[in-house]
Amino acid sequence: MGAGSKAENEWPASKQDHQFNRRKEVRLRNLLAVMAAACLTTATHADVLKIGALATLEGTYTVLGEDGMRGLRLALSQAGNMAGGREIEIIIAGTDASPDSAVRAARKVVEQDGVDLVIGPLSGSEGIALRDYSKTQPHVTFINGISGAQETTFVTPSENFFRFNMDGAQWSAGLGEYIYNVKGYKTIATIAEDYSFTYTQVLGLAIGYCQAGGEITERIWVPLGTKDFASIIAALPDDVDALYLGLGGADAVNFLNQYQQAGGDAQLVGGTIMVDGTVLSSKGSAKNALIGVPSSGPQADTWDDPDWQAYIKAYQDEFPPDQRFPLPSLLATGYYNATTAALSCLNEVGGDLSDGQAAFRSCLSTLVLDAPNGQIRLDGNRQAIGTNFVSEVVELEDGTLATQLVDIVSDVNQTLGLDPDTFAAIGTPGREVPECKTSY
Amino acid sequence: MAQVVTTETTPQSRSMFGRIPAAYWLFGAFLLVLPSFASNFVMYQIFGWSFILGMIALSLMFLAGYGGMFSLAQMTVAGLAGYVVAICGTSAITDISQNWPWYVNIPAALLIAAIFATVVGWLAVRTEGIYTIMITLAVASAFFYFTRQNYVLFNGFSGFNGVFPPQLFGVDWRHPVAFYYLSLFWAAFWYFAVLYVSRSPMGLALQGIRDNPRRMSALGFDVTAHRVAAYTFAAFPAAIGGILLTWQSAQISPGTAGVGPVIDILVIAVIGGLRHPVGPFVGAFVYVILKSFSIDILVALGLGGERFQLLIGLGFLVIVFWSPDGLLGLWAKLRDLHRRDPLIGRLVRRL
Amino acid sequence: MRRFARLHPWWSVWIAIATLVLLYLTFAIWPPWLIGLIGKKKLFLNSLFNGITLGSLYFLIASGFTLIFGLMRNVNLAHGSLYMMGGYIGYLIGDWTGYWLLAFPVAFMVVGLFGVILQYFVFRRMEGEDIRQTLVTIGISIVLADIMLWAFGGDFYNISPPSWLSGPIETIFVTGVKRSSGDLIYLKYPLVRLAIFAASLAIGLGMWLAINRTRIGMLIRAGVDDRDILSASGIRVQFVFVAVFAFGAGLAGMAGVVGGTFQSIAPGEDIRFLLASLVVVIVGGMGSIPGAALGAVIIGIAEQFGSVYFPTYAVVVTFLIMVLVLAFRPTGLLGRN
Repeated sequence: MGAGSKAENEWPASKQDHQFNRRKEVRLRNLLAVMAAACLTTATHADVLKIGALATLEGTYTVLGEDGMRGLRLALSQAGNMAGGREIEIIIAGTDASPDSAVRAARKVVEQDGVDLVIGPLSGSEGIALRDYSKTQPHVTFINGISGAQETTFVTPSENFFRFNMDGAQWSAGLGEYIYNVKGYKTIATIAEDYSFTYTQVLGLAIGYCQAGGEITERIWVPLGTKDFASIIAALPDDVDALYLGLGGADAVNFLNQYQQAGGDAQLVGGTIMVDGTVLSSKGSAKNALIGVPSSGPQADTWDDPDWQAYIKAYQDEFPPDQRFPLPSLLATGYYNATTAALSCLNEVGGDLSDGQAAFRSCLSTLVLDAPNGQIRLDGNRQAIGTNFVSEVVELEDGTLATQLVDIVSDVNQTLGLDPDTFAAIGTPGREVPECKTSY
Repeated sequence: MAQVVTTETTPQSRSMFGRIPAAYWLFGAFLLVLPSFASNFVMYQIFGWSFILGMIALSLMFLAGYGGMFSLAQMTVAGLAGYVVAICGTSAITDISQNWPWYVNIPAALLIAAIFATVVGWLAVRTEGIYTIMITLAVASAFFYFTRQNYVLFNGFSGFNGVFPPQLFGVDWRHPVAFYYLSLFWAAFWYFAVLYVSRSPMGLALQGIRDNPRRMSALGFDVTAHRVAAYTFAAFPAAIGGILLTWQSAQISPGTAGVGPVIDILVIAVIGGLRHPVGPFVGAFVYVILKSFSIDILVALGLGGERFQLLIGLGFLVIVFWSPDGLLGLWAKLRDLHRRDPLIGRLVRRL
Repeated sequence: MRRFARLHPWWSVWIAIATLVLLYLTFAIWPPWLIGLIGKKKLFLNSLFNGITLGSLYFLIASGFTLIFGLMRNVNLAHGSLYMMGGYIGYLIGDWTGYWLLAFPVAFMVVGLFGVILQYFVFRRMEGEDIRQTLVTIGISIVLADIMLWAFGGDFYNISPPSWLSGPIETIFVTGVKRSSGDLIYLKYPLVRLAIFAASLAIGLGMWLAINRTRIGMLIRAGVDDRDILSASGIRVQFVFVAVFAFGAGLAGMAGVVGGTFQSIAPGEDIRFLLASLVVVIVGGMGSIPGAALGAVIIGIAEQFGSVYFPTYAVVVTFLIMVLVLAFRPTGLLGRN
């Protein structure tokens, strides 16, 4: 105990009131100085248009947030930082991918910096939180960055929240049909992370796959952040034609690594984030297990469409190679599309945001956006109806991996072509929802 | 530190209120009239959030400063209270939320949080002081993982959104002004409550136990009971903070009480200072200012906007290295330096 | 052993029964009723082996943590960051030179050296102030995590083992009988995990020998028992501290290479392995190396069985074990009062 007692004496609570008087005074003085700085609302010039950007710049998803910002910057620089005759000022607020931080960041740019328009956020639960916040700020327009939760625009949508990217279920469109009809996988089992985004992805897959005639024999849900899959791999069913993997990030890399070590040789099918840029560009040999794996998502890296190729070239020219991904990730594309949509409508209305941004919003609602990844328009809930890409992972000449297009599904809407009532009757995506049925 | 302490000559005739110096009154008045000139953002986000984090850090300060117990589970207690309010009250997750009125669900939240804190305290005080930090960190992470996986009660990864305060007395308590006064009231309430308890027999016994548990035990004090009771008491400011935090962002999810926020509360308390209940609020204010404006500051300095953690980490290290009493201690040191007589090197009182 | 049996007769009986059951489950061909009860034998054996190999990774990290704690009363909450640092260094070395084995000594030395710097310039200055040291380690871990995020980005790094270690091998354990031919089916198991298990076993035995048979080990044991008396008896206890801190940090660095090989290195892993070592050390007993081994195996097995038999709460099970141990044996299974 001899060593410990000194430590304990380091933390006495002394009560000398006069000391605290002085402390308080200075605290007061400091406080006033900070307050003065904080309260200064800079006079808004009529000609400068302020746009708030929410980016995940803290924590694990920092790299993704940065690529999203690249998409936004690219769109701005293509427009010469002007829209509707007004100069644009971007105010970036960082989040850590949690809903709390997204709302705080939004509040800062809206209430403190007085922006007219917010672009963001990145993750699903951030999107839901921001939709709720947007209802309290009717004079500001919110354009989603890339968050893909179905609920954001499907349940209690907000009048001033627009989403130009598709949700997790739409990103699965076409994959089920492809693996059943072309690949000939009659039965599959799914292994996916246990949270809402993958529930939605499996829903999109199941609706296509089961209607085509396939059967999902087993659904295995692993906790987010599972890092040792060895025993789960041993428990995988061996009597199915293929395994669907709905994992993301480090979980995906770990699974692939341990799957190789265990000598696994089943056919694999990937969810959207299983084959995104972060996994395909991970360091080490684990990712090689993905070569030839079919998947689907809002873009296919090697698509030969001229608009897409021009977009890739613009991205690569805009940023030096060491400060970007080899190819724009879907996060960059999402923020790029959101920004382009905003800018083209600002041009359309000549930068006029009067009357509660009525003209601007009606332009957004009716806009047909010629995005690099296919045409996008909005439905009545201000949710994107767009193009989805079924692709397979290939190894390029320089040894990097990319997704190669095998099938395009255009005009994918939020109910995946089902009647809205039928779709609503399926229920909220979950561990057991939807059932695998041949018709819904 | 120099042991020469000047004596204060306080006239005994002055009343209790008279003894409170003018600066305190000024500061109190300033906080009261702040809504008349501050923007909604400053009220709701900067001050509202500072008060809330300050309350949660205050409960840690009470345990660590007076009891010598560094409990990292205080954010978890706050999170649990927030969850109970969401589960028993109203939220957008109608399958789970019970829609009980506020006068049932808020006491329920406080009660459950207090029971939880007592159990954690009982587990933690069974071992020596230094182990507390490890055990409570492990308990905090267990809570985080459990809420993320449990869908029946805690709605898993997504948690609860649409958790709004009750429309009591016809006031919308999420309106910036109303919320500002609400959080100010509770912050002030717990500030004075902790100050009061620290001077009560119970608080003095706790400080005695912190300094020398064996001697206190020999004097007939039940060391374990005092420590566990401290955990129970500290649950209340944390729980109130947690409920307000849930109302402020209208949602609660596992990330609200994840490992990051748990560490942040410790950082806030230590940066502010653990010697006086005002420390956590100073720390929370600094933290909120940094969190809100660090991107602007860092970009202005030519650094990437994303180095917030580095800034906080370095600041924390500097404080722990040079001023174990946090910003409060730093200020005391600076002032002593200023007041030291250049000739005799001793503290003198300036008039 | 005989002494233990005499002192704790009931415990001995239980341990003996458990061992026998385990041996039966491992080597016997399972009858159908048993498969109906707890599932396929392949699953059971895999979970058991994976639990032990995962436990060996946890042991590598936790043994350094517990050694540092036992001797210096320093709860090194930056231990996870040292693990992650080792992983990144291991990746760089493996990538540059192409020699996977070279990554181990280099990671050990670089991280160990960093440990020397930490102990010499930071912790020595706050000798005996447990709480302040712990707070400093929290600050260090925040700063290190952000610097590593800055330097390495958020990419996932996975260290590739050499080709002679990749893929599975067939073991001697029978998992079942083929219905058609009556042939025995043998368990296939990843070779790299077996190699890592063997290496940890060697390191564990080496540590046991070093602590029980060498002079420095004697000093360490004496320091754990009573630091003040040790330094009063003329030993330059600071040297022992620096050596132990460097060794513990080096072990964490080496564990980073192991973790990067059969899992991966990415931001956030530092916290995960810090928590793992906390739980292992709390369960096993703080400051005790055999305790760390026991705790690591228990936690590893619990995690792996959990992930197969009740996946939803797999992570929570480990914490439940911790709470149970704390409630009944506050100092851990092999900790001393």
